[in-house]
Amino acid sequence: MTNQIVQGILLGGYYALIACGLSFMFSVMRIINLAHGSLAVAAAYLIFVLSERAQLPLWACFIVAVAVMAVAGWLIQRLILDRSARGGQLLPILSTFGLSMVIENALFEQFGADTRSLASAIGDLSWDSWELPGGLYVGKLPVLIFVTAVVLLAGLQLMLSYTRIGRAIRATAEDPDTAGLVGIDARRVNAVAAAITLVTVTIAGMFLGMRATFEPYSGAPQLLFAFEASVIGGAGSLWGTLAGGIILGLAQTCGASLHPLGFLIAGHGVFLIILFARLMFPDLASMPARLIRRGAAA
Amino acid sequence: MSVDSGDGAGASRFSGSGITKRFGALAVLESVDFSMGMDEAVGIVGPNGAGKTTLLATLSGAYQPSAGAVTFGGHDVTRLPAAARCRLGLVRTHQVPKPFSGMTTFENVYVAAAHGDVRSRDEAYERAIDALNLCGMLAVANRQAETLGLLDRKRLELARALATGPKVILLDEIGGGLTDSEAQELVQTIQELRRRGIGIVWIEHIVHVLLQVVERLICMDAGRIIADGEPQAVMSDPEVVRAYLGGSTQ
Repeated sequence: MTNQIVQGILLGGYYALIACGLSFMFSVMRIINLAHGSLAVAAAYLIFVLSERAQLPLWACFIVAVAVMAVAGWLIQRLILDRSARGGQLLPILSTFGLSMVIENALFEQFGADTRSLASAIGDLSWDSWELPGGLYVGKLPVLIFVTAVVLLAGLQLMLSYTRIGRAIRATAEDPDTAGLVGIDARRVNAVAAAITLVTVTIAGMFLGMRATFEPYSGAPQLLFAFEASVIGGAGSLWGTLAGGIILGLAQTCGASLHPLGFLIAGHGVFLIILFARLMFPDLASMPARLIRRGAAA
Repeated sequence: MSVDSGDGAGASRFSGSGITKRFGALAVLESVDFSMGMDEAVGIVGPNGAGKTTLLATLSGAYQPSAGAVTFGGHDVTRLPAAARCRLGLVRTHQVPKPFSGMTTFENVYVAAAHGDVRSRDEAYERAIDALNLCGMLAVANRQAETLGLLDRKRLELARALATGPKVILLDEIGGGLTDSEAQELVQTIQELRRRGIGIVWIEHIVHVLLQVVERLICMDAGRIIADGEPQAVMSDPEVVRAYLGGSTQ
């Protein structure tokens, strides 16, 4: 049982990592980015190409991919989301759906249906583990992913709290028109936020490639898990996203230990239970955020 | 903060000419001409629905006029968004205060200061503190903005506008809903802005509060300016009296 809990928490780190971009974009721009999973897969392919074909070391591939994806985020915001947002709330969501179609099929056309992995680029790390007292084994890669998720979420939180652009992002998220009245260019701020989102997507995509295999259509399940984790944690709250990822990871590993098919069923079940509980008891929605605030104040 | 040296003589003026604003078939402003020196203080009065707030929103960039032009200190700002006008020194406060909730009072003001023409964090910090101090808000600087009462929210609107380093501030019923003594405190703050050479356009229903600050009054009715000039003269203008009391001017 302890083993399931530890593995579930570590898996939750991965879900938090993939969910943090989705949750960040939703909290700042009120856009549910349906291309989120496809973008993560595209980032994984980009790193794969740089590593396999250009033979760059992994850290260099990562830096190049982050830069490319950040620029892509800026352009997606300026060219697609900004324009479609003028047509109401539904249009940006539909355009991200279209974007995911384009990305998936472009990847399929370019790389075919073969599954790929970045595992070969990281050697031992993909299977190595530490032994904990009590005969528990924890994989080095899941621990690295969990730590990355915590550092990334903390970094985003600090950025939002203490930097000039972070305050501008919060002000814009709160009220773009009023932000304009104090001299904040909401369009520019949203483009920066989109670029930041895609940096987190790139990190998630890289770990997706390291811990598993991916193919052009792998985006959809990633999007689903990211969506479930952010909704469980209370969409828009960064630390809530970590909690949501962990709850989802725990549900899945516990479900899997009950029945081989329980992995997905338990995950979706917990998601639905929490979703309906939220709808029936609206107070619950702000609960994680309130608990965290109280914890931070104490 | 630099005090504008030249007054009146054409170059440094804030004007709108022929401003028309329609929402569908409804014309809220009909060819309004407005002009003031950059360090003048102008009050705007008029019955509800006269188009006062729409005029302010059009001057500040929240709305694009359907026709007409806005110039500010020699720049044509008609097509500029509010954020760009703010950086030129034209800023507006809301009738219903809109603080950024989830931020402290200080952060609300600091975020405005940091996006003005400051060169460093320290300068932005000093400007934010100065604005809070002037508006008497230092004591509540670390409170969450959403916990503030009405008077403090009104002060926060003013402090946030002030922190952007404005040349002209547009105030939309900043005294509305306040008691007489509360309004009196705001008057003192606004008088201090005048001493610093900041131009003021102030919409207010409470005329005796307005008259402590402004030396010129504009009265609007049904989307037009019906009187403009020395306050006492405007208030005794027969058309103004009719707009307020008569009702049936059609």
